[in-house]
Amino acid sequence: MTAPLKDITPAERARGTSFYEASARTRLELLLDAGSFVEFIGPEQREVSPHLKIFDLPEQFDDGIVVGHGRLDGSPVFVAAQEGRFMGGAFGEVHGAKLTGLLRAARQIGSIPVLILFDTGGVRLQEANAGELAIAEIMRAVMEARSAGVKVIGLIGGRSGCYGGGGLIAGCCSALAVSEPGRIAVSGPEVIETNRGVEEFDSRDRALVWRTMGGKHRRLLGAADVFADDNVQDFREAALELLGLVGPFGLDSVKAEQERLADRLRRFGACEDAVDIWTAEGIAHAETVPELPADQFIALADRIGRTSRDAR
Amino acid sequence: MEDLRFQHRVRARAGGIRKSAIVGVVASGNLEVLVERVLPDTECALDIKTAAIGFGEVWTAVIGDFVERYSPGGLRFSINDGGARPDTVSLRLAQAVRLIAENGQ
Repeated sequence: MTAPLKDITPAERARGTSFYEASARTRLELLLDAGSFVEFIGPEQREVSPHLKIFDLPEQFDDGIVVGHGRLDGSPVFVAAQEGRFMGGAFGEVHGAKLTGLLRAARQIGSIPVLILFDTGGVRLQEANAGELAIAEIMRAVMEARSAGVKVIGLIGGRSGCYGGGGLIAGCCSALAVSEPGRIAVSGPEVIETNRGVEEFDSRDRALVWRTMGGKHRRLLGAADVFADDNVQDFREAALELLGLVGPFGLDSVKAEQERLADRLRRFGACEDAVDIWTAEGIAHAETVPELPADQFIALADRIGRTSRDAR
Repeated sequence: MEDLRFQHRVRARAGGIRKSAIVGVVASGNLEVLVERVLPDTECALDIKTAAIGFGEVWTAVIGDFVERYSPGGLRFSINDGGARPDTVSLRLAQAVRLIAENGQ
């Protein structure tokens, strides 16, 4: 029996909505406290890309990113959500400027955290220079916001994953939550295959793509702090958990992060495949990790432990 | 890209008090519809930017059917189309009217 819509609480609706399948606007609506979202530079302002017209390509009124503020469990947050279905969620000039502006506002205020719902293939190649500059500006804005005491949390579980410059920005965040389909990397599968050959990376081997770039591997490697099941409520709870965990940021944390990454390279640099890394981490029957349901995987990942909070 | 514009006189004002609403995404076979309550109650206008050139007649039929069925008086629709099929267009237009008729801002 399906319950009538009006009897479903917002939390139940968020629990029943796939983060992967939802649009950027639906994700924000269900992630935040009901009715609390207020958009900056909304679609009615028609702040579209100045470049796409040259390529005879359709524009989107929000240029593929929704930014604004709302409340999470009663506390104010800034939010940005990329729409992965519009041009692969790619960063163009306006798209990037909206996120840069949001982060600068957060830095100025100092006490309100930022949630970035990544869903991107990277830079929009039709506006490559502007897009690359946007990535650099956003990375700087993330670090400046964090230096001012702002927590910047990345949530990754969309259909375009988090690739290219998006992967770089994610690496600058205070903490990340990821679901299994939410891949994180810089070069995508096709890019690696094109540049290094199919022997290096077969982009059509989906199992290889998922265990190399997918959320489970990123969680086990320590790149992501929390693994979320693919529904909006799980991401909401992950965001709340991470906001409670993130500590102060300064030169010491950057040095600790450098040490963590150097240690990771020492331990796993010779591994040929993600399964070898999981085995080296002490996981028995590591080859079964991709098949584990979310709850069992989370239990396993909690046994492996988390990245030290001194790092990042 | 092709730009199309339609204006209709309609019998009744669209329901609700919201000022604007948006549905859909610009992607292959999809479209976004931004609807704003900015016109007199007996008028309706639609501005379309579409990636599929040469389908003016189909748009005329789809829009005519939509206006007849929903009487969206007072509304201006701005559409960015990524080559959606007529049934998808009809669905998004219906969703836009329904969304702007809901409670809220």
